[in-house]
Amino acid sequence: MHEMSIAHSLVEIIKQEMAKHGVTRLIRVKVKYGRISAIVPEALQTAFEAMTMDTDLQGAILEIEEVPLQARCRECRKEFAPEGDLLIMTCPHCRAEFGHEIISGKDLYIDELEAE
Amino acid sequence: MQIKVVRKILEANDRISDQLRKMFQEKQILVLNLMSSPGAGKTTLLEATLTDLKEEFNMAVIEGDLQTSNDAERVAATGAQAIQINTEGGCHLDGSMVLDAASELNLDNVDILFVENVGNLVCPAEFSVGEDYKVTILSVVEGDDKPEKYPLIFAESRVMLLNKTDLLPYVDFSLEKASNFARSLNKDINIYPVSAKTREGIDAWYEWLRTEVKNKKQA
Repeated sequence: MHEMSIAHSLVEIIKQEMAKHGVTRLIRVKVKYGRISAIVPEALQTAFEAMTMDTDLQGAILEIEEVPLQARCRECRKEFAPEGDLLIMTCPHCRAEFGHEIISGKDLYIDELEAE
Repeated sequence: MQIKVVRKILEANDRISDQLRKMFQEKQILVLNLMSSPGAGKTTLLEATLTDLKEEFNMAVIEGDLQTSNDAERVAATGAQAIQINTEGGCHLDGSMVLDAASELNLDNVDILFVENVGNLVCPAEFSVGEDYKVTILSVVEGDDKPEKYPLIFAESRVMLLNKTDLLPYVDFSLEKASNFARSLNKDINIYPVSAKTREGIDAWYEWLRTEVKNKKQA
């Protein structure tokens, strides 16, 4: 349940950003995670709620958005989004199968927050 | 008020990890983060490596485990320096734990530092611990679909060791299928089928270690 460590780091960043912008009430925070990052959104939601309970941040909405997988073909260098659940990522342009470069889909970041 | 942030959530861990990496770089130590499911044979593989290469390299180990110091004792029996971190329920190691543990080791003249992570294919993949490379050990009894089910750990690893190949006659495991999934996610991954028990195939792993130690000393 590494979502607890992630929620802890998330709350630290939220506090820093709120202090920097002189706001005290958090309304909403948006987190983006890559499709193949090891994040379970429901677990992160639970961890965030547990971490903010009885604090100034309690009740804030956590939005969690998935970033799709995007790859660059090792052969033809064209970018493509692998389809379906299968991770054998065949390039739709030149049919090369293995060794593509993953451009996005491993990310985990806090995108924006709304506060007053 | 809308505030655009765009900060990596694990940036604090990444900072500590960069600090560790700088320290290991100065000492020219090759640092490997060993990851696997519980029971894949991390500790057995480590014991084999520490025993077989002890004349060649000075090696140290940071052992991460939920509880007990059994693994550190097994590893220390090979003569290597070993220190145990108990995460007490935590499912992965992070930079600050490794920083604390590293300060208790004598790292002068160490060639390779192995960080044996907590047995788990999910959580450790997100947290860098200052390593040069992540190494994932997958045993053939776990099923060849693991790279597909746990993509991040295989996408992040430089080496995949397919362990317990001595059991291949008894299980349905396709080396080709597991390798293809891993390569699909990761063009730089080196794949070595090994048996830590019989030592079959293990020379390829040792050769990789020799090359990387040499690269580290020349860096």
